[in-house]
Amino acid sequence: MEPLGWIEILGRLVQQFLPVWIALVLTFGLSIRFKRRLGLYGKLFDSTVGMVGFALVMFWVFTALFADQIATHNPLTQISGMKNKPPGTPVAGGPAGVYAYYLLGGDNLARDVFSRMVMGAREVLKIAPAATVFAFMVGITLGLPAGYFGGRFDTLLSFLANLVLAFPVILLFYLLVTPEIVETGIPTYLAAILFLFPILFLVMLWNSRFFTQPARRNLYVALTLVVGLWLYAGLAFDADPLGIVSMPANILIVFVSVVFVNAPTVFRIVRGITLDIKTRDYVAAAQTRGEGPWYIMLWEILPNARGPLIVDFCLRIGYTTILLGTLGFFGLGVSPESPDWGSTIDQGRQLLSIAPHPALVPALALMSLVLGLNLLADGLREESLRD
Amino acid sequence: MLMFILRRVATMVLTAACLTFIVFFLTNLEPNLEKVAKSEAGSRISDAEVESWLERNGYTRPIFVRYGEWLGILPGWTGTEPDGRPRGRCVDRAADKANAPRYCGLLQGDWGFSTVFKQPVAEIVATRLALTGILMFWVMALMVPASLLIGVLAGMREGSRLDRTLSTFSIATTATPEYVSGVIFIVFLASNAGVQWFKGTATSAMDGVTFENFFLPVLTIALYGIGYIARMTRASMTEVMTAQYIRTARLKGMSFPAVVVKHALRNALIAPFTVIMLQFPWLLNGVVIVETLFNYKGFGWTLVQAAGNNDIELLLACSVVAVFVVLVTQLISDIGYVFLNPRIRVS
Repeated sequence: MEPLGWIEILGRLVQQFLPVWIALVLTFGLSIRFKRRLGLYGKLFDSTVGMVGFALVMFWVFTALFADQIATHNPLTQISGMKNKPPGTPVAGGPAGVYAYYLLGGDNLARDVFSRMVMGAREVLKIAPAATVFAFMVGITLGLPAGYFGGRFDTLLSFLANLVLAFPVILLFYLLVTPEIVETGIPTYLAAILFLFPILFLVMLWNSRFFTQPARRNLYVALTLVVGLWLYAGLAFDADPLGIVSMPANILIVFVSVVFVNAPTVFRIVRGITLDIKTRDYVAAAQTRGEGPWYIMLWEILPNARGPLIVDFCLRIGYTTILLGTLGFFGLGVSPESPDWGSTIDQGRQLLSIAPHPALVPALALMSLVLGLNLLADGLREESLRD
Repeated sequence: MLMFILRRVATMVLTAACLTFIVFFLTNLEPNLEKVAKSEAGSRISDAEVESWLERNGYTRPIFVRYGEWLGILPGWTGTEPDGRPRGRCVDRAADKANAPRYCGLLQGDWGFSTVFKQPVAEIVATRLALTGILMFWVMALMVPASLLIGVLAGMREGSRLDRTLSTFSIATTATPEYVSGVIFIVFLASNAGVQWFKGTATSAMDGVTFENFFLPVLTIALYGIGYIARMTRASMTEVMTAQYIRTARLKGMSFPAVVVKHALRNALIAPFTVIMLQFPWLLNGVVIVETLFNYKGFGWTLVQAAGNNDIELLLACSVVAVFVVLVTQLISDIGYVFLNPRIRVS
């Protein structure tokens, strides 16, 4: 068989991504149709920058979702004779029934670069958004009281936050994300502390809102505690009684260190906004009504701080993606076979002069995802400032 | 003002002490020490032998005491060999065993001995830092003017086509981490796939810097920072451009370029100054990545080698330098902000 030309490769790529195109068209069609009823999300479709960003982000989200359908080969299978082959090379001598081409070439272990890139999207999107959510939970749970109450508590927390921020990220990763550290159990302790915050946050949230309706309050708090503690046991201690939820030790340490690095910045942002908002009249009104401090923080201040927080959330997912890539680039915390973008770039960079595509493909993928998130944040900022 | 600086310096010293202690704690964890014992005394020794080796070399004492010794505020441990010769932290290092000093730590200038490079740590750090200094100088020389120019041009007329183009460019650069842009540059500007204008490694730049071997690493580090600083400058510039005194200047008939240069620029550059200073921790990140990618054996490369090979004393020294750089730039940024901005009063 002849190798494919660039146009054919492009055509076949478009064809492979078919589920993604359908999902994108559906999302955009429905969203634009009902955009007046969808609040800030709907307004996003008034800004070109925001739409481009959203499209890029959703492209990768759908790619991660439909990765099994999109990938042409198993990301770990090596087919002999395909080592460092250029994009569009036909697969010769492989087992019957596999896709006939390596659309974006083979890497130095004769694996399909395209399939690895697609599967890598799943690896990245499994960790980055979740880690950012956790960082926000920690930052909000600590930042609100620090800004609202001030005093010693604030001084201490701010000092600790600055301490973490003054730590060069790369050094922290090198010290934290090593097999030796996993042996000592430090990641488990860190996870035990950090994973407590989401539960704490939700319990406070329900309790402060519904403490006048004990029946509802008890239901919500009980539900949160049951689900939360179940996940907590599974994720932090790998002790899920049902045996469903668990996290491999090397992923846990990556997750924990990324949360640990991001949380102080979120803390500082939330604290700053709280300091500003607590002087508003509606906070004074709530205080006069006799509302408790946690009600005021979580149900008066937090909803009014959502604009900057949503924008920062998008930016922070992008930053987290970059951090995960950095970890992969230095081979920290990932298994050597993992198709995540950072480590594939690292493996590809040694042979850039012979075969540039194994490093270039994941590099462009990572760049487009982060670019999408940044553009999305920019669009959201523009639209939320408008009203 | 003096009180402010004193308080900042005190906080800084406390922060430095905490951070170095954390690093010391993490590098001196049980498994790391075990690895040291195995690499020094042979990899096949039993657990009991590891235990006794650690005991003999003073690693089993409380962590705070060891930290104090390393810092040089507590006297180093002493003991005797089985054959009666004196041993100890400071005795082992001193040339004159009989008159070894009591204190030997960071504060005395004794940074230890690197197990990877077989050289005193202080020497390694000095030579590597000098190499990274050259890199940083060129990064700054490229990044600061470029980002300020982009920011000012974009913020001068908010919403114009120039603004949109430059803002999109800045967003794109902040979305491209060093390991991505570095790979793209090497592929397209320094390999067979594109044009071969530059060299894909900067190893030869350690002997002599030329445009050919040094531009790509410098550009790679600078690019990631440019977008961020440019956006800050733009935000600050747009804010200044809506101020009353700019309108007054325009209304009294000054030309637009004159207003920008004489009135707006000075006020708009206060915020970017702090941002540039606070970029240093991030630049350190970039330095580590780029030096690894381009094989430039500077400070970042040394840090990676030290961390990868469990070279405890070298890693500690690198951390001290990194923490010091970060904290000093923070201090400069704080003090500079107060000096530059007449609206902020400290007391």
